[in-house]
Amino acid sequence: MKVLVPVKRVLDYNVKPRVKADGTGVDLANVKMSMNPFDEIAVEEAIRLKEKGVVTEIVAVSIGEAKSQETLRTALAMGADRAILVVSEEKVEPLGVAKLLAKIAGEESPDLIILGKQAIDDDNNQTGQMLAGLLGWGQGTFASAVVVADGVAKVTREVDGGSETEELKLPAIVTTDLRLNEPRYASLPNIMKAKSKPLAQKTPADYGVDVSPRLTTLKVVEPAKRTAGVKVADVDELIGKLKAMGVAK
Amino acid sequence: MKTLVWVEHDGKAVKDATLAVVTAAAKLGEVHLLVAGQGVSEVAAEAARIAGAGKVHVADDAAYAHALAENVAPLIVELMGHHDAVLFPSTSNGKNIAPRVAALLDVMQISDILSVESADTFTRPIYAGNAIATVQSKDARLVLTVRGTAFEKASAEGGSGVIEAVASTGDKGLSVFAGAEIAKSERPELTSAKIIVSGGRALQNSENFHSLIEPLADKLGAGVGASRAAVDAGYVPNDYQVGQTGKIVAPEVYIAIGISGAIQHLAGMKDSKTIIAINKDEDAPIFQVADIGLVGDLFKIVPELTEKL
Ligand SMILES: Cc1cc2nc3c(=O)[nH]c(=O)nc-3n(C[C@H](O)[C@H](O)[C@H](O)COP(=O)(O)OP(=O)(O)OC[C@H]3O[C@@H](n4cnc5c(N)ncnc54)[C@H](O)[C@@H]3O)c2cc1C
Ligand SMILES: Nc1ncnc2c1ncn2[C@@H]1O[C@H](COP(=O)(O)O)[C@@H](O)[C@H]1O
Repeated sequence: MKVLVPVKRVLDYNVKPRVKADGTGVDLANVKMSMNPFDEIAVEEAIRLKEKGVVTEIVAVSIGEAKSQETLRTALAMGADRAILVVSEEKVEPLGVAKLLAKIAGEESPDLIILGKQAIDDDNNQTGQMLAGLLGWGQGTFASAVVVADGVAKVTREVDGGSETEELKLPAIVTTDLRLNEPRYASLPNIMKAKSKPLAQKTPADYGVDVSPRLTTLKVVEPAKRTAGVKVADVDELIGKLKAMGVAK
Repeated sequence: MKTLVWVEHDGKAVKDATLAVVTAAAKLGEVHLLVAGQGVSEVAAEAARIAGAGKVHVADDAAYAHALAENVAPLIVELMGHHDAVLFPSTSNGKNIAPRVAALLDVMQISDILSVESADTFTRPIYAGNAIATVQSKDARLVLTVRGTAFEKASAEGGSGVIEAVASTGDKGLSVFAGAEIAKSERPELTSAKIIVSGGRALQNSENFHSLIEPLADKLGAGVGASRAAVDAGYVPNDYQVGQTGKIVAPEVYIAIGISGAIQHLAGMKDSKTIIAINKDEDAPIFQVADIGLVGDLFKIVPELTEKL
């Protein structure tokens, strides 16, 4: 069976985001960009399914600027078989991404699409659920375990209060949570090999999808800053503070 | 504007998270509620008493028993024939269902709103709350998820909503609920606790977490949270995680113990009224946001603190 893994290029999670002085967004010039961490987990899960013999082909897909090629090469180096890049220099919102992915799913007929639960730049947490809606497929979001057998994906999900298990008819959508697996690093030989794996370049127009944004960002500002307070010397002083706040008697 | 609020409940009672959503919805217009579930007449009656409740749509069917998005989304789409906006809490259920509804309506959802600026304009956090964006929607209808800590809770009493049954849209046959492991705890829920005690990687193991963090929390009547590192290492279950990709909390007092203060953790707790940090590293980033800091070894400090309280 075939798995599609959408991966997004985002500001590296170790970099502290800086809001641009003109209030138009976050400064992405000359900062480290990486694959969205949840998408690394998605790629890893697809590879593990392949290693188990459940999956035969893994196709990584990214929508974004031409540089997203690097992100796809990372996916290929980890173990994806081929990649599709839909180039758009303008930002594409989750609804547009989901529409493009739905078209690609139509052409590729995957049995499973594994996405991250959330891209850590815009923190939308939407694309997988939207794609499931557009395709009319089941959705196992926030997955911490995935077992695929007999045309069913059994997905354990991280939910408020604990965990929950759902059985989805294939084809289906899964979105990853942090505990699903620990992604591997690509080895140097695999990084070299990835350079010759197929990477197709497309545009939204090739799929006939209108990706014009529905939302206008009017401004982006820094949140109210917290300032460091006081240091107390010992437990007694801390308890004094707690008492003054009425938290302790 | 006519709004529809998806009511979060556990089959028996309305969840608190719903009340903040009602407040956000009331800023947009008339508030209608949707209670979907199985055997939910009591939940519907409770929903009708929420201050500001207009119509309470009740869809009572086995297909809705476990809030499966595949079944609930088509029901909401049906109701959106005569509503202008639908709002969900930013809970795991809300986040699961809302985008599916948005896609079916061909609407770009606005996630995790912090404020209602006007009928089409909202603020929301991006980049783990390191930036706040003001966004305006061009869509004819709105699909919103609401950050619970950003809105006052509507009063649970005083409303006189009118209950109206709606027909089931049925089971779509795409997914089956196969069980849940929900931890029962006597402690306050994280998202509504007034005080939270959180532990990090420094606790070293699950035994230490339970024997150090929990007695302190119990002394203070506090909820218990954790950093991702503590959850990943298995000290506590996943739903203890506070942060960008876990729970967002804003208690009166947040006590971070052996937590370094990574931006992903800060994203989940930096709107707490008072932050207290206990950490042996005086340069730990958590001290940059803490109102009260105590530098030292938690294995000495925490037992002493618990004992003296
Ligand atoms: C995609 C993604 C999402 C993430 N989401 C979240 C999230 O939602 N929530 C979250 O918390 N993290 C999240 N993280 C992880 C985050 O980046 C940090 O790795 C994590 O918060 C660190 O946890 P910690 O502070 O417990 O551990 P550490 O960073 O290891 O800090 C341990 C601290 O304990 C102190 N310490 C050690 N021993 C003692 C002692 N004896 N007494 C006192 N202090 C001591 C140390 O000085 C140190 O400051 C995410 C990361 C990624 C990539
Ligand atoms: N531009 C994109 N290209 C490829 N995949 C994406 C893109 N945007 C979002 N995704 C996928 O959708 C997931 C959720 O993203 P979001 O809904 O934006 O939080 C991500 O983890 C990716 O798997």
